[in-house]
Amino acid sequence: MIRAELRGLLGRKLRTILTAVAIILGVAMVSGTFVLTDSIDKAFNSIFTDSRQGSDAVITGKAATSTNNGSNAPTIPESVLAKVQSLPDVKAAEGNVGGDAHLIGSNGKAIVFGGAPNLGFSIPHGASRFNPLTLVEGDWPHGQEVVVDKKTAGKKHIAIGDTIGIQAQGPIVRLKVSGLVKFGNVGIGGATLAGFDLPTAQALFDKKGQLDEIDVAAKSGVSDQKLLAQLRSVIPPNSQARTAAQQAAEDAKDTNTFISFLRGFLLAFGGIALFVGSFVIANSLSITIAQRTREFATYRTMGATRRQVLRAIVVEALVIGTAASVTGLFIGLALAKGLFRLFDAVGFTLPNSGIIFATRTAIVSMIVGVIVTLVASLRPAVRATRVPPIAAVREGSTLPPSRFARFRTVGSAIVTAAGFAALLYGLFGKHLGTKGVLIWMGVGALLIFVGVSMLSVRFIRPLAWALGWPATRIGGTAGWLARDNARRNPQRTASTAAALMIGLALVTLVAMLAAGITASFRGAVNKIWTNADYAITAQNNFDPIPIAAANAVAKVPGVEAVANVRTGDARAFGKNFFATAVNPPGGSIFQLDWKEGSQAVFSRLGADGAFIDDGYAKKHNLRIGSPIDMTFSSGAHKVFFVRGIFNPPTGGSPFGTVTISQAAWDELNENPENLYSFVRMSGGDTPQNAAKLDQALKRYPDAKEATRQKFIDNQISGLNSILNIFYVLLALSVIVSLFGIVNTLVLTVFERTREIGMLRAIGMTRRQVRRMIRHESVITALIGGVLGIVLGIVLGGLLIARVDFIVFSLPVFSLIVFAIAAIFVGILAAIFPARRAARLNVLEALQYE
Amino acid sequence: MNSNGAVVTATDLSRRYGEGEAAVDALRGVSLSVGAGELVAVMGPSGSGKSTLMHLLAALDKPTGGTVTIAGEDVGKLSDRGVTLLRRKHIGFVFQFFNLLPMLSAEENVLLPLSIAGEKPDPEFFKGLMDRVGLADRADHRPSELSGGQQQRVAIARALVAQPTVVFADEPTGNLDSRTGAAILELLRASTTDLGQTMVMVTHDAQAASIADRVLFLADGAIARELPRSPAATILATMSEIS
Repeated sequence: MIRAELRGLLGRKLRTILTAVAIILGVAMVSGTFVLTDSIDKAFNSIFTDSRQGSDAVITGKAATSTNNGSNAPTIPESVLAKVQSLPDVKAAEGNVGGDAHLIGSNGKAIVFGGAPNLGFSIPHGASRFNPLTLVEGDWPHGQEVVVDKKTAGKKHIAIGDTIGIQAQGPIVRLKVSGLVKFGNVGIGGATLAGFDLPTAQALFDKKGQLDEIDVAAKSGVSDQKLLAQLRSVIPPNSQARTAAQQAAEDAKDTNTFISFLRGFLLAFGGIALFVGSFVIANSLSITIAQRTREFATYRTMGATRRQVLRAIVVEALVIGTAASVTGLFIGLALAKGLFRLFDAVGFTLPNSGIIFATRTAIVSMIVGVIVTLVASLRPAVRATRVPPIAAVREGSTLPPSRFARFRTVGSAIVTAAGFAALLYGLFGKHLGTKGVLIWMGVGALLIFVGVSMLSVRFIRPLAWALGWPATRIGGTAGWLARDNARRNPQRTASTAAALMIGLALVTLVAMLAAGITASFRGAVNKIWTNADYAITAQNNFDPIPIAAANAVAKVPGVEAVANVRTGDARAFGKNFFATAVNPPGGSIFQLDWKEGSQAVFSRLGADGAFIDDGYAKKHNLRIGSPIDMTFSSGAHKVFFVRGIFNPPTGGSPFGTVTISQAAWDELNENPENLYSFVRMSGGDTPQNAAKLDQALKRYPDAKEATRQKFIDNQISGLNSILNIFYVLLALSVIVSLFGIVNTLVLTVFERTREIGMLRAIGMTRRQVRRMIRHESVITALIGGVLGIVLGIVLGGLLIARVDFIVFSLPVFSLIVFAIAAIFVGILAAIFPARRAARLNVLEALQYE
Repeated sequence: MNSNGAVVTATDLSRRYGEGEAAVDALRGVSLSVGAGELVAVMGPSGSGKSTLMHLLAALDKPTGGTVTIAGEDVGKLSDRGVTLLRRKHIGFVFQFFNLLPMLSAEENVLLPLSIAGEKPDPEFFKGLMDRVGLADRADHRPSELSGGQQQRVAIARALVAQPTVVFADEPTGNLDSRTGAAILELLRASTTDLGQTMVMVTHDAQAASIADRVLFLADGAIARELPRSPAATILATMSEIS
């Protein structure tokens, strides 16, 4: 009997494949995610390990405000190097500095590949054991020379002997290219490399007489412990010594966080696709099982038990699930490559050292795919066991209604309500960690989707009637029939539409959040940016920019005021936070909503004044005059006194939790940098003024000016990129639901063979048949679309009600696009089934038994 | 009723569909017994209740009154599982529309009841059966590659393969032309004569009923007449008398 069922599966190849696609796509996403993140992980790890290969220990500055050593870590005096070198067990040591260094292309613009870093560093002794680079051509740099990586050189046509611009902390410096290098065998993504000799690097990064790290090699036979102990005896207190392996792990910390975030993020979309896929599978199986009622009844007349029927269907699902999972697993490999390209295309080139296919990837993908299929098959399988043997002798037998059919509405209402309860608890519940919030929200959303899809059966008839109205106008008789067909099996229409509903609800939710963030950000900028004409930002809109750029702008004729916002980490009350500093012109450029204090606070901050946002004031019970003991990443600390408290607008402000004066900041921080500068000019924002600024910024290619409108657009463009990634990833779920519609239609056409034959016999043209199927498809898709959009708005509204910095804003245009997309999905899904229906041979269709 | 050697008995069987004023009595107190090795035909015009009777005798449906016993078991007292096991062991079916599984070969279709019961066929009996139904050379064909008559032969072999206590045949010639139908009837008759297979056949075809050892005539849900083995003409005459 199981063999018979499996044979049947082969006999229904097309339907089986269409059903399997739903799982294949989801599993592909899961396996693709693992392959992608494993590959990036390996690439990053080899980068970090390779770069420490020649060292036994590494000395770095210890940032007082965070555990990882970012660019804000303090430097080490160069004199420490000699002390290290003279230690008895040290064989060799080398001091290095590094930082962001932009290569300037022949067009005068910084060479940037997506969001990848532009790394600059010293190469003190050419091919020393500490240098992870290989010289491909030319010589190591000396004096006013630079080596660049071969990939960048190739792409930008940089040759040995050329003179290129380099911008690090100061204005552009022109250096001669002495050689081309490469980093091991690892693709370093879109990163650019620029290496200098030590004095040049120190000058470029404004670290004269200072080092960022000292790489140490021990004499043979010296243990790590012994080496570290010796090093620790000579290094300054705000620095630390680690083994090379520890340092590599430390270097990898940030990227590991990023990779696990990326993995979770992508897996979530894989999960969504699988969830949608489970609806498609459940629906397809329900329909095929309904169509095989007589088959199951025949088994029963021959003495097959219910359990045997159940087993046959479960085995069938198991086979579909396994085959689909294996297929998905391998498509995932291709998808990983595709994702590399996708990230590349949106400006996020990832490093690559070959595709990694781990055993875990195969196991997880298989388990997830098979389990989802099995779970989805349970309900249809249980219903099949309820087919009575007498159905074998009855014409047109249908599946008996489920035992729980009459509790259906109540049950689905309870599921929906439970879903909303879980979601609300996740959103507003107290003392939930991030994980708790996400889990409650996830479970809530899941239940809501299941509940609404079940509940929607009740609304299918009126919805199809209303949404099918245009079809009756456009399609004539075919349209009328399409509408009636969509309404005749509400259960089926509802399940088919539900798959699309989920995708569209999530798309709508994302669009709502994006619209809310955009609107609140725009509002905030308009509120705060009251008296400036231009903002100076990094090319990518969020990196810090050298102070020299703002200084250059200040000298431009016609500039009346330049307000800088410095930024960095700080620590107070035992917590790290994002601190900022501002100079006195801020008072005439920004307008803050003061709870305590006034605009005058900007110029009264002095050496120990601070203004804070209201949330921080409430949290730590701070009033005017309260002290805040702040520690900066350099390790310096100082007590500041609250001079003002402001209410940040919904969309946030350029200021951090605590803002001090620029003068105090520069005294306490090494290498201060601006996040933004805002400029007021006589005459306002005119083309002439913009040209003047551009001229001044020419030597700072990473900086750019923007008017208020442009500034808003620039900041939002980052959001739009993220939004597009969401759309692309959610499109996967929509594609799964599209296959769901195709499958339902194919099965429906098969089921209505005789009926379609009859319609053709009484004079319906092939065209009209196609139209009938197409309209039914569009009506189904529209039901899913409308339900999804409404649900998305509700979910988005709830989320926005919880999140302080987003305002409720309906992205009307996007919603219209989504509705049109739903219609398009319907049309697309109908193409193939409609052709099949139109091709039916009338005579055969009528004789069909 | 005489229950000596009876393998199927019905006592005061009634079946009512619907409730209240709309209720229809399809069967009103039918009693009968089928002896071992007997071929009984049930005849009657449309709506006489003959199909209902067969459904009840074959434990496909539950009576609203009365009892059915098959091989000594009171069907009404069996659980769903009990009925299922009863079907495996004691009941075979021949359907009007054959109900073959299109994805299985003729041989696999025939063996299906045994495989469901987890049993192995007796190779000799099976070979003899395939020869008897004339399908030895078509064993590997799919139903779609067989004619209607051949398909019904497969179905008959399938009903006989487990050597059940009783085979129920529901209009076995209803979907066949008269020549093919005659051959099928011959096969059914031979099954009883040569193999001693007890059989209950529901039909409205007098030709089909003429092969039976005994013909029961149903009208308005009750047995109206009973004939011993009779030629088709007699049966036809009786039919027109009762309706």
